[in-house]
Amino acid sequence: MNLILKPSKDNIKTYVPIGLFLVSLSLLDVFINAFFSFNLFDFLPSQISYFLPLMLGFIGFYLIRIEFSGVRSLDILNKNINSNNFNALLTLLTIFIIIKSIPPMLDWFILEANFAGNSKDDCTGDGACWVFIKVWFNRFMYGLYPDAEQWRINTAFLILFVIVGVSFFVSEKLKKYFILFLVFVFPFLGIKLISGGSFGLEYVESAAWGGLSLTFIISAFAILFCFPIGVILALGRRSSLPAIKYISIGFIELWRGVPLITVLFMSAVMFPMFLPDGTFIDKLIRVLIAITLFEAAYMAEVVRGGLQALPKGQYEAAKSLGMGYWRMNALIILPQALKLVIPGIANTLLALVKDTPLIFVVGLMELAGMIGLAKTNPKWLGMAMEGYVFAGLVFWVICYAMSRYSQNLEKKLSTER
Amino acid sequence: MSKIIELKNVNKWFDKFQVLKDIDLEVAPQEKIVICGPSGSGKSTLIRCINRLEEHQEGNIIVDGTELSESTKNIEKIRAEVGMVFQQFNLFPHLSILDNCSLAPIWVKKLPKKQAEEIAMDNLKRVQIDDQALKFPGQLSGGQQQRAAIARALCMEPKIMLFDEPTSALDPEMIKEVLDVMVDLAKGGMTMLVVTHEMGFAKEVADYMIFMDEGKIVERAKTKEFFENPKSERTKLFLSQIL
Repeated sequence: MNLILKPSKDNIKTYVPIGLFLVSLSLLDVFINAFFSFNLFDFLPSQISYFLPLMLGFIGFYLIRIEFSGVRSLDILNKNINSNNFNALLTLLTIFIIIKSIPPMLDWFILEANFAGNSKDDCTGDGACWVFIKVWFNRFMYGLYPDAEQWRINTAFLILFVIVGVSFFVSEKLKKYFILFLVFVFPFLGIKLISGGSFGLEYVESAAWGGLSLTFIISAFAILFCFPIGVILALGRRSSLPAIKYISIGFIELWRGVPLITVLFMSAVMFPMFLPDGTFIDKLIRVLIAITLFEAAYMAEVVRGGLQALPKGQYEAAKSLGMGYWRMNALIILPQALKLVIPGIANTLLALVKDTPLIFVVGLMELAGMIGLAKTNPKWLGMAMEGYVFAGLVFWVICYAMSRYSQNLEKKLSTER
Repeated sequence: MSKIIELKNVNKWFDKFQVLKDIDLEVAPQEKIVICGPSGSGKSTLIRCINRLEEHQEGNIIVDGTELSESTKNIEKIRAEVGMVFQQFNLFPHLSILDNCSLAPIWVKKLPKKQAEEIAMDNLKRVQIDDQALKFPGQLSGGQQQRAAIARALCMEPKIMLFDEPTSALDPEMIKEVLDVMVDLAKGGMTMLVVTHEMGFAKEVADYMIFMDEGKIVERAKTKEFFENPKSERTKLFLSQIL
């Protein structure tokens, strides 16, 4: 005996409204409970009242599960989140958890959070103490760089953004010069501006650099150099000349096998011991070289994957037209291989950006490092959560932008339509 | 008459397996030679040795007066003079058809871009796909791609054209359009070495036929004689199977 008929096209007119009503009721109950701490079904015994939304939603979802109903939105709903009883249950639980978690998050981030004031004592609410970020913001951006000289960092980044911005609107030919300038001239110009020591600019030693600007500087330089070195290593590993091949393999395997933190420590502590007396290489430069070579080893393997994916015929066709090794690779092989591995390259570069906080082991403090320093300040103890949530958000924004850019690049370069 | 290609006593091994055995071959300018034989007989390897996509281990290969040896400079010079068309087209998928054709003239022969593109358009017109010049290889049919590949090779203005089974990867209805281009090329006086199973094409254009089996040249004869009166039993058997 069937208590209720199986939902089908015949009873769609009655079942769907009832089902939708039950699902809505269950969601409404959870919503009111989460946001206003009021229980709609308080009159029922507590166990039943507790599970009622789940039961109502479950029955509702059962009633609207009609195959080939002919109603487009209903079909899409059923296919994606309501394909069987188990999935309906999962859907309900997921929605409940999301609804339930919104109020406390809203409270901590905004409603109960403290924005006004300039010391820890101003944070009286239960939520986050954003005053901490506000007060330390300057240090989080510029590290220990002297306040009066910070316009130099701003100028350098402003020039960068302006050039990048303008380059989107100029002709292809002009764009080429913009890119050449950005890659070969600007980095050194920018560093000169920030470090100073000439043109009447006060010298600021690299130990004072820090915060988000240092994150950007290290990431940008490491990306700029690790990419070509990685490509050369990838080609080297596939070379037919044994010397080049084994040097490349040795280099890649050595750097890939060592943790970055060890490499950084050695670059700062051990490396100077091997230098002749009197020679001095700036700590930041040593760290940059270490990160660059480390990431280049990873980059090499990513690029090699792309090289291996190309059919042999591409090499033969290029050779048959009289192209030598370098022309063949520059014009035919690398453009295709690099396009194939854009996701892998983006992966490596994102990892690079997120690895930069490790430079704290040698005493350099970029964004996360500065936050680590600030939270141990006696006047600001207990601010770790606010600090790291902020760092997380900033890193996420940077990395998400990079990820989107790589996806756009992939689409733009796709020629297989 | 002077020879543009000379092979003397060429031997080649893949590891222990001998693919070419004592090959002697002479080709005069403007001659058209069709090479046929069962698969694995070494015919592709033979023509790939002529522009050194494969290296031979013994004997001499002299192309247009230059001996093929270890020296890279010679090899690149020879390759620029010897056009090659592959079974799988091997167009460059990241470049438009026009760029496919003009790339090597610009970067290898150092022609100005404008002149290289004019040459490319002329050759694309010759193979009748000038209207597809700005498309990418992936947007063209197999027959069009192979004609584009022929145009790409012609843009280097080669003295010799090598064809490695140019129609084997094509759908039947596209074979003719490619063969028509090749016939036209042959009538224009190009020196051609063609590995193919298209015997109709061979009868129409070839001066000589070469039949290979197990790495050896079994028979070399004028086209008419080859088809009407083959000497060796192996050739007779082969012809009876494919004609």
